[in-house]
Amino acid sequence: MIYPYIPHTDEDRKIMLEAIGLSSMEELFSGLSEDILLSDSVPISQGRTEDEVQRMIDSIAQRNVRGIPFLGCGCYDHIVPSTVEALSSLPSFVTAYTPYQAEMSQGLLQAIYEFQSMVCEITSMDVANASLYDGANAATEAASLMVSAKRHASVVLVSSTIHPFTLQVLQTWAKGTGRTLRLVAEKDGVVDLSLLPSLLDADCAGLIVQSPNRYGLLESYEGVAEILHEQKALLAISNDPLSLAMQKSPGEWGADVAIGDTQSLGLPLAYGGPSCGYMAVKEALLRKLPGRLVGMSEDAKGRKGFTLTFQAREQHIKRERATSNICSNHALAALMTTIHLSSLGWDGMVEAANQSYAKAHYLAYHLAQLPGMTLVWDKPFWCEFPLVFSDPKRLRKFMQELRNEGIFAGVRLSTLTRQVKDELVLLVAVTEKRSREELELYLAAARRVMK
Amino acid sequence: MSKVIENLRYSKDHEWVRIEGDLAYVGITDHAQQELGEIVFVELPPLGERYRKGEEISTVESVKAASAIINPIEGVVKEANEDLDGSPELINEDCYTHHLYILTSFSEDDYGELLDAEAYQSYLETL
Repeated sequence: MIYPYIPHTDEDRKIMLEAIGLSSMEELFSGLSEDILLSDSVPISQGRTEDEVQRMIDSIAQRNVRGIPFLGCGCYDHIVPSTVEALSSLPSFVTAYTPYQAEMSQGLLQAIYEFQSMVCEITSMDVANASLYDGANAATEAASLMVSAKRHASVVLVSSTIHPFTLQVLQTWAKGTGRTLRLVAEKDGVVDLSLLPSLLDADCAGLIVQSPNRYGLLESYEGVAEILHEQKALLAISNDPLSLAMQKSPGEWGADVAIGDTQSLGLPLAYGGPSCGYMAVKEALLRKLPGRLVGMSEDAKGRKGFTLTFQAREQHIKRERATSNICSNHALAALMTTIHLSSLGWDGMVEAANQSYAKAHYLAYHLAQLPGMTLVWDKPFWCEFPLVFSDPKRLRKFMQELRNEGIFAGVRLSTLTRQVKDELVLLVAVTEKRSREELELYLAAARRVMK
Repeated sequence: MSKVIENLRYSKDHEWVRIEGDLAYVGITDHAQQELGEIVFVELPPLGERYRKGEEISTVESVKAASAIINPIEGVVKEANEDLDGSPELINEDCYTHHLYILTSFSEDDYGELLDAEAYQSYLETL
């Protein structure tokens, strides 16, 4: 059976054409010149029924290989309580999306307000927006904010250890807006901030760094904010927000902007998205903060209510003078993060972060004993670490053998960066979700391969 | 009908300038504050920075809109009116008493090109 999902009957079309004084579809398109009209029928295969399509997709899905994931690189397999899916699937939340008739949707506004409050608490910042599309998007918004906050500045310093995809999105942003990115080189797996004074000049609007960085390593930003502020430049720190349960927050480093992606807080892997970006700033930058912002207020009768606030920042009011074109948010994904954090509580978040740390370090310690692979840089890490192999053949063999045993051993960094120097680097991610048995399986397989 | 004061000079962007010694006080006109409506925030310009004539120097937000303040004469920002920080409504109450900022080392030429009260009044009538 074929159901054509087209609501108009031939009769409907005839009535519509008559209403505008035409007799055929050909007449409707007569204004288009011959050379842009299709002369033949569209070369696509015969349509299939819904049931046939379903079977075809099922058979493709059958080819998926299931395994124990030790994959990360910005997308992590954490435990998500069932409350997240159950509550976020409520029709009233699913359909509400970004608040266009804002004050009609008090429930959604309250959820966003909670999200903003949690982001502020985790990052130790003053004010957070209603969310952005993803972490990379948040980075470009941080760059835009910096440039708009300092006169005559068009250069943004970027750590070369930020996620390769975030860097690519920033490069797209710079190209499109005519700004310049200046990369800060790395040393021993972390950004080399001793280069900062020589790179920083009056044209620089600020610096974007990331911890854990692209290798999973944690970075220190001691004294960095002070150096930047002397030049009226800003510091933006990007984090995996779950890691902030155990590492120093952007607020504690003196950052002006905190950014990141909330995938690690309640969002499924879902083939890499959709995700949810967050952005929080110091109060002095409140009016430069892009996107939706929900505030708590009182109505005429003194009852607590939620409202969109500081809208004069936004593009529908600022028009051509707006410094951001964000006019939406990822409300549903932000809601999932909010429910996730409400379910875990601060203690639960700390436990998830600590367990990820402990398990990752257990695995790293034992792998480092094996020949042919090393933890090349002696730097602190959290739930992901870079294993560097002695040669690419061994690395491929390692990944293949573990995969044969149902284990996804990690991600080769070069698949993200396409750089030769990253070809020997395997990033291994371990979350609180990995059991002791799974870690032992990994180790046993690794010992067999690397002996 | 909006108020125009004698002895001030005006720009067509609806800013006024008053000279006191070597300082130039800059504010927005009665016409501008009426157009904006209830003012909720005034962004103050950074001190010590030189702004050219015609350059966007700050933003005034009302409940209706966010409008750019176009610097009417070149000069260096010596002082921003901190009173407006918590009380932006002072502009609505008396826009000619409450300036936005004070310039020093300002351009006499730019000042000379501004409209006098009569010319500004005539300009308003054409709008």
